[in-house]
Amino acid sequence: MRKYYNKIDRIAGSVATLKADNVGYEEIAKVQGSWGESLAQVIRVDRDMVSLQVFAGTRGLSTGDKVHFSGSAMKFAFTDDLLGRIFTGSGEPRDGRCELTDNLVEVGGPSVNPAVRLMPNRMIPTNIPMIDVFNTLVEGQKLPIFSIPGEPYNELLARIALQAEADIIIIGGMGLKYDEYLYFKDTLESGGVMSRSIMFIHTASDPIVECIQTPDLALMVAEQFALEGKKVLVLLTDMTNFANALKEISITMEQIPSNRGYPGDLYSQLASRYEKAVVFENGGSITTISVTTMPGDDVTHPVPDNTGYITEGQFYLKNGAIDPFGSLSRLKQQVNGKTRDDHRAIMDGCIQLYSQCRETREKKAMGFEMSAWDEKLLKYGDAFESEIMSFSVNTSLFEALDKCWEILGRYFEPVETGIRSNLCDKYWPKKADS
Amino acid sequence: MSVIGKIVTVDSNMVTAQVEGNVRQNAVAYCKRYDGVKLMSEIIRVRGDLVDMQVFELTRGLKVGDEVEITDEMLSVELGPGLIGMVYDGLQNPLTDMAKKVGIFLEPGNYLEPLDKKRKWEFEPTAEVGDVVKAADNLGKVKENIFDHYIMAPFMLKGEWTVEKLAPKGSYTVVDEIAVLKNSEGETRSVTMTQRWPVRIPLGIYRQRLLPSTPMVTKQRIIDTFFPVMLGGTYCIPGPFGAGKTVLQQITSRHAEIDLVIMAACGERAGEVVETIREFPHLKDPRTGRTLIERTIIVSNTSSMPVAARESSVYTAITLAEYYRQVGLNVLVLADSTSRWAQALREMSGRLEEIPGEEAFPAYLESTISRFYERAGMIELNDGRHASLTVSGTVSPAGGNFEEPVTQGTLKVVGAFLGLSYARSYARRFPAIDPLESWSKYEGIIDNEKVAFAHSFLARGKNINEMMQVVGEEGTSTDDFVIYLKSEFLDAVYLQQNAYDEVDAACAPERQRYLFDLVTRVLEHKFDFATKDEARKTFFKLTEGFRNWNYTPWGDPKLKEIEEEVENYLAGGKELEANA
Repeated sequence: MRKYYNKIDRIAGSVATLKADNVGYEEIAKVQGSWGESLAQVIRVDRDMVSLQVFAGTRGLSTGDKVHFSGSAMKFAFTDDLLGRIFTGSGEPRDGRCELTDNLVEVGGPSVNPAVRLMPNRMIPTNIPMIDVFNTLVEGQKLPIFSIPGEPYNELLARIALQAEADIIIIGGMGLKYDEYLYFKDTLESGGVMSRSIMFIHTASDPIVECIQTPDLALMVAEQFALEGKKVLVLLTDMTNFANALKEISITMEQIPSNRGYPGDLYSQLASRYEKAVVFENGGSITTISVTTMPGDDVTHPVPDNTGYITEGQFYLKNGAIDPFGSLSRLKQQVNGKTRDDHRAIMDGCIQLYSQCRETREKKAMGFEMSAWDEKLLKYGDAFESEIMSFSVNTSLFEALDKCWEILGRYFEPVETGIRSNLCDKYWPKKADS
Repeated sequence: MSVIGKIVTVDSNMVTAQVEGNVRQNAVAYCKRYDGVKLMSEIIRVRGDLVDMQVFELTRGLKVGDEVEITDEMLSVELGPGLIGMVYDGLQNPLTDMAKKVGIFLEPGNYLEPLDKKRKWEFEPTAEVGDVVKAADNLGKVKENIFDHYIMAPFMLKGEWTVEKLAPKGSYTVVDEIAVLKNSEGETRSVTMTQRWPVRIPLGIYRQRLLPSTPMVTKQRIIDTFFPVMLGGTYCIPGPFGAGKTVLQQITSRHAEIDLVIMAACGERAGEVVETIREFPHLKDPRTGRTLIERTIIVSNTSSMPVAARESSVYTAITLAEYYRQVGLNVLVLADSTSRWAQALREMSGRLEEIPGEEAFPAYLESTISRFYERAGMIELNDGRHASLTVSGTVSPAGGNFEEPVTQGTLKVVGAFLGLSYARSYARRFPAIDPLESWSKYEGIIDNEKVAFAHSFLARGKNINEMMQVVGEEGTSTDDFVIYLKSEFLDAVYLQQNAYDEVDAACAPERQRYLFDLVTRVLEHKFDFATKDEARKTFFKLTEGFRNWNYTPWGDPKLKEIEEEVENYLAGGKELEANA
């Protein structure tokens, strides 16, 4: 017995309000109008008034359009048939293939009990030395790439998708330009990984509500695969668009904004998505790498700021390279003690020297005389940038470590590096002439 | 004795119900979902026959007209032996049991017993039949791990009661009757080892409150020497993300010389709790030889768990801490992060449509923070023993800017401020406590004057360094340059500490005093350098020597070798080898 309502009282932004009874909070409804049909979610019930967030937006919605409630929360199919498929933010096929209706699973369910989580402790090699050596990626980690809009963040994301070890790759695209969507699709196809990938894509021209749904769908599917013991890599780009969609909707709902117009629960909203990253006892895991573009390169902007507090570190993408300052993988200590005994020492030593090099460059720019020590630092910095930091370097962890020693040996005496003497004894490159 | 109401509004985690009859502010209520699942809530506002409740669970599926059962009890915790070593959520549900009974996900509506009701404890009476007791007087004790866990007369008792019956030595569960008390009016009361206490009301029954006077040793040099904390004191750790707040809290939880640590993971990453849950059962507490989990309680309401329960989790944690202070222990609460708790307040305040204050935080933010920190303190218990509750809270200021309401509200009430800085963590100088911004009102393990002398180098060194940025190294006198090098040396070998080195991770007070004297000798020494390069080289070697010293175990003869070499050099002897 389906009950239809055909009197919508209020339409504002993407929200439609109508009189209805026996409706549950967060229930899914279907809105049918002359322009087509759309899913909608209950976002508030107040006495007999029900407010719906219409996924496709309210453009062209008529107060006389039909609404009926499904009786349950948002669900999406979970089957192996998902692999290789592309969907929109509301779960409709984007690839022109059939809709999936088997084994529906609720989207946005409760969080995982912390007591059943395992500690992430396996390194994910990426062959990017700025990640592997200096900020190692760990299975089950959540890491955003902080970037200003012009940087090649999607290229970096795609490279990680192709090079990192994962059973399943899920891409959640939010507010993507259509070209970017095609770029990801082509990269995955030509890289030969499309058959183990699933894409949920919301493009910049799609309705704003679907933008909010995108990560939820992607993460729900990821979670189901992880529960089956699969290692899932989730790539979300761009979470700033997601936050802006939240802002748009909360302002329409007349909520009091907290900081630059963003809703007060921005932190919780971002956290409930990022915290899906997990390692289960059965070996399944979700590793999340996201992109957060920083408006005006401002890391104190509410979106990167809140994100930084949630995620386990961040990669700063600057001038086409992962910047060692500020970039941080909080979980690296779980793995970099087991790789090679010089890993941590090289990690700290090289960065400390590079930091001094940057200071020296500033001094030089101001026209100061360079001491012998300054000269050493400058040469070292150049070598470090071109041989380690550059985006084009593609080399394994151990090779990268050896390279670091080689560069240090080229310019410094062991005592100047601040690296423990026993490690220097072991790894310091032997000079042919001494 | 509960009242039934009906839901009229559901707005995210706030539910409004219509009720007839009396309701109590902060009372617990249960919203009954269509499938019979009851969702725990707390009354946070009453308007006529409408009550607004924050629901501690996802409200998905609640409908207008659904029943609400409103109890008369305020949100409370269960207290008694067996709390230590547990992992609770913000409502004191044991998470490990929850995983066994409910599964991987925290499905709404599951509430489990906080204490094991079947476990037997060896009870030994300390009072006698006929004794007159007041609230919180000892009746007996059980052994919980290494502690004497005193079983006390109920905290809610009013006036004097006589012990009518007292259980003899033997094993009992926490629900077995261990005593019967009677007052002058002939009322009797059965006493078990468990009690309940409302979390929002401070629990403190004592003869008097004392001024904190004993340093709490954290084994972090920069804290113990420069910005000390006292037992019974309060301190806060504000810092931008990535500066190492949580790492500092974790280090403290491992190494602090304290009886019991209560970690309140409030709205932070689940991964950090997992690390504690998984590692503490295997890590040794060097003071007792037992595992660290045997001196830890974890209250975990991580960022993806419902936000209302996050707000209550800090209260749950501090009430548990107050209980163990009542038992007679020195307890440390590590709240990480108070900003998330403040944000939870802000979310609810927004839903209640209260007039927002700065950054949309509610106007009562500051007084709420003050009341929380004021629950710390050193007390003299009814039986004359001293016990303390120390509170440490991290603050995560938006954009790393300390001028925001939560940081400012916290700075007013704490005794020490350990401000973490971006700059220091970028430069990999850990712990990234900014030595020039931070302050402490407490006295530490080293004489104030000596500390001030060493500290003066830091400010001077910074000034000289800034000047050098402008006038260059060649424009700086060698004397100034040496002061700069001395400040860098002090920073490198004393302030910085390698948390991942087995030896350096924890520096005992004895060792700190010793090292401090050695470092002071270098700071005091008048060097005579011909060139700045020579000065730099020497300090490289000094720094390396001292670093190696820091990595060498206490008592190892190698320490002496390094010291002798340094002494020798300072006395005008041969140049440093610095490869010791």
